[in-house]
Amino acid sequence: MNGPVRGASPHAHDPSGVSMIMLQVCLALVPVTTWAFYLFGWPAVFVWILCISAAIASEALSLWLMQQPYSRLLDGSGLLTGWLLALTLPPWSPWWVAVGGAAFAIIIGKQIYGGIGQNIFNPALLARIALLISFPVPLTTWVAPQLYPGFMESLGIVFANAPLSELGADGVTGATWLGDSKAFVRAGGDMQEYMTTSFSLSDAFFGYSRGSMGEVSALLALLGGAYLMYRRIISWHIPLSLLGTVALLAVIGHQANAAAFAPLQFHLLSGGLILGAFFYATDYVTTPSSRSGQILFGIGSGILIYSIRSWGGFPEAVAFGILMMNALTPLIDRVTRPRVYGRNRQGNAIKHVSAQRRVN
Amino acid sequence: MLGLGRFRGGVHPKGHKEPTRVNSILTNPPLPPMLYLPLCQHSGDDALPLVSIGERVLKGQKIACADGRMSANVHAPTSGVIRDIRAITMPHPSGLPARAILLEPDGQEEWVELTPPADPYAIPQEELAGLVEEAGIVGMGGAIFPAAIKLRQGRRYEIKTLIVNGSECEPFLTTDDRLMCERAEEIIEGTKLVRHIIEAYRAVIAVEDNKPEAIAALKKAAEGIGSIEIAVVPARYPMGSAKQLIQAITGQEVPAGKRSNDIGVLVHNVATVYAIQQALVYGKPLISRITTVGGDCIRSPRNVEALLGTPVQYLFDVCGGLLETPSRLLMGGPMMGQVLPTTDTPMIKGSSGLLALTKREVNEHVPDPCIRCARCVNACPMGLLPLEMANGAKRDDFDAANDAGLKDCILCGSCAYVCPSHIPLVQYFEYAKGELRDRRAETDKLALTKTLTEAKTARVEAEKAAKEAAKAAKEAAKAAKAAKKKADAEKKAAAKKAAEEAAAATPPESAGVAGESTDQTILTQEEEQS
Ligand code: SF4
Ligand code: SF4
Repeated sequence: MNGPVRGASPHAHDPSGVSMIMLQVCLALVPVTTWAFYLFGWPAVFVWILCISAAIASEALSLWLMQQPYSRLLDGSGLLTGWLLALTLPPWSPWWVAVGGAAFAIIIGKQIYGGIGQNIFNPALLARIALLISFPVPLTTWVAPQLYPGFMESLGIVFANAPLSELGADGVTGATWLGDSKAFVRAGGDMQEYMTTSFSLSDAFFGYSRGSMGEVSALLALLGGAYLMYRRIISWHIPLSLLGTVALLAVIGHQANAAAFAPLQFHLLSGGLILGAFFYATDYVTTPSSRSGQILFGIGSGILIYSIRSWGGFPEAVAFGILMMNALTPLIDRVTRPRVYGRNRQGNAIKHVSAQRRVN
Repeated sequence: MLGLGRFRGGVHPKGHKEPTRVNSILTNPPLPPMLYLPLCQHSGDDALPLVSIGERVLKGQKIACADGRMSANVHAPTSGVIRDIRAITMPHPSGLPARAILLEPDGQEEWVELTPPADPYAIPQEELAGLVEEAGIVGMGGAIFPAAIKLRQGRRYEIKTLIVNGSECEPFLTTDDRLMCERAEEIIEGTKLVRHIIEAYRAVIAVEDNKPEAIAALKKAAEGIGSIEIAVVPARYPMGSAKQLIQAITGQEVPAGKRSNDIGVLVHNVATVYAIQQALVYGKPLISRITTVGGDCIRSPRNVEALLGTPVQYLFDVCGGLLETPSRLLMGGPMMGQVLPTTDTPMIKGSSGLLALTKREVNEHVPDPCIRCARCVNACPMGLLPLEMANGAKRDDFDAANDAGLKDCILCGSCAYVCPSHIPLVQYFEYAKGELRDRRAETDKLALTKTLTEAKTARVEAEKAAKEAAKAAKEAAKAAKAAKKKADAEKKAAAKKAAEEAAAATPPESAGVAGESTDQTILTQEEEQS
């Protein structure tokens, strides 16, 4: 009998696949997303659907332009990018923000570099920042949770740009805690006072606050992250080093000057730090490949995030911090190459005492 | 620093070992109608046939003798008649033909007279190594490197640790496992013999922790015999790779470009050690081996102790035949084994397994682009950057691939096994290694041409010198007839010296040196999978 002669070793493969990985990440995002739908109602659902469909459509367009097989659409990366973008947006964003952002993320953020695996920056975060810089007003309009506009009303909010004030509720929009506290301190207020009067630890943890779709519930983000680590889609190195760094700096800062620097729990639970640490800072393509490199990446992002939050002009510290470290990834990769078996760090053979017997 | 029993990276492939580990080894399957004995079942040159067509041979009779240092003898696995000596399809992915002796068994199983040493410990170790060489034993874990060379190498070094490799980390394969369960005493005896031959300080039999039965059997057999340790190592691929096993057992790394001898370690496979014991205690040459006939396509998979040269199809039939058309036929395990072009090819000394895998077991996919997930980096036991190496190979930038680690790659396949994009990384590496080898051969050729030219110049000069000497002698002779005798002697000496000089500069010598260095590289390469 003749067998099919084909293929180099190995002739076995573990059951993983690219689409499996992407779908697992999406699965881990389900709790956070469902919570966002519950808190922010129909408009959030529309924004989510818009982001995802626009991302997949842009992906298809790029594949067509670059004459690549459409089967790539099934790898799930377009879906994930759209989803990740949706979670960074204000839940009641107008439709063009969602569609434009998703198209930017896929086309400029990813396909221009040559498609999946080639980009330098996290596409969703890049699009988020591009949107923020281009359209600061809709991107900083945060609605209060649990307003529940009706279905038609919601269509109006997302597609017709219906003025939010028409809803008739007072204090519908406002700033997130991060932005708010910054303004408060800058206006001469005491951070400690802000913490006691405005910040609610349990609300931040469980997720009753203004914010983007994904940033409100620290608990559910943590849950998703734990699931990813459990399934070994991500390792602990980046998220824990990032969170640890921010925590450490927060403790030091707060100890040094409690009036100006927010305490630990505020830093960890607000502004989507946990979501960012587990879902955005762990993007395979744009982060280092070695374990030590990942730890460096985490620490670097942590320092940047804390610095931007404490001294920077934008409240979007997580996105900026991660993007800046994305740019450093190739460098980190170069300096943290694993040591090769039988060689020292410089790449020379390790020294040994020869066991050769003396031949008289 | 990694603790003992550890090495970097590695993977945990699905074992698939249950179906064959539960059954005992099937010994003495019915004789096949014909045995196909390739003259090359080892890493060196073809052995030279010693028999002619039509000749009757006895079981264990030497029918082909080693040609050169890296070659190995071939013995008749049973008594019968030599029917032909011709090219057959080899168990190699290329499917290229190579010469083999066709032996038709006569069913008598008549042995040649075996002459084992009365007491192997009473004769010099060099001679023991000679007996191993005579028995045609090669590395049976798939390395097919002549065992005697390794023993002699071992004698030239001060070996602190002899490691007997019973880790068997390849999925599907259970030959070593069953061998250790059923023939533990022979393995212990073999280990003692090898230890004696190379005068190792310490002997360790390393077994992965997923083989509790084998561990128990070895421990029992080793009871009361000091100096042989049974080391239980964690089950992780590629624990069976010499470099990784050495690290796990001794905590030392083999320096790049060196061999395990250099750090005083020698690794032998358990099946090799068993064969050595059979040769030194019973005088039996290597004529059979245990092989795992497995994969989901086989109706009743199990380990079979079969005569060398038995056709693969015959062994499949012995195991109940095929249930479906295999998606892939393999010799060896799925991680490093070779594709068999056909089942009409014989089992040979290095066949640790014969697998007929289903599509599901192979799990092959169209490759996706790399997503830089770094799984390959974390899986690589050598600490390399498989994604960069593959990129280099893809661009035909072999130097970049080498820098990223290709030169240290042991082709274990861990990276390709975990790659979620199903990128055939090892295929890239093999391609790049092949290209680099060709390139090196090219430079070697240039170097050889250079030596040849230099040799020629030297010879010409030597001849000129000889002529001048002769001329001088002649003139001297002319000048003084009385000094004729002396002049004659001078002439002779000058000519002789010139001839010697010319001889010293001729290519055979330098070619010999080149051959030696090639052997060395092969040694290093082969060792990796002992
Ligand atoms: S495992 Fe495959 S996809 Fe992941 S980095 Fe390596 S080559 Fe790329
Ligand atoms: S095949 Fe080479 S690169 Fe891949 S894991 Fe093995 S040693 Fe590393």
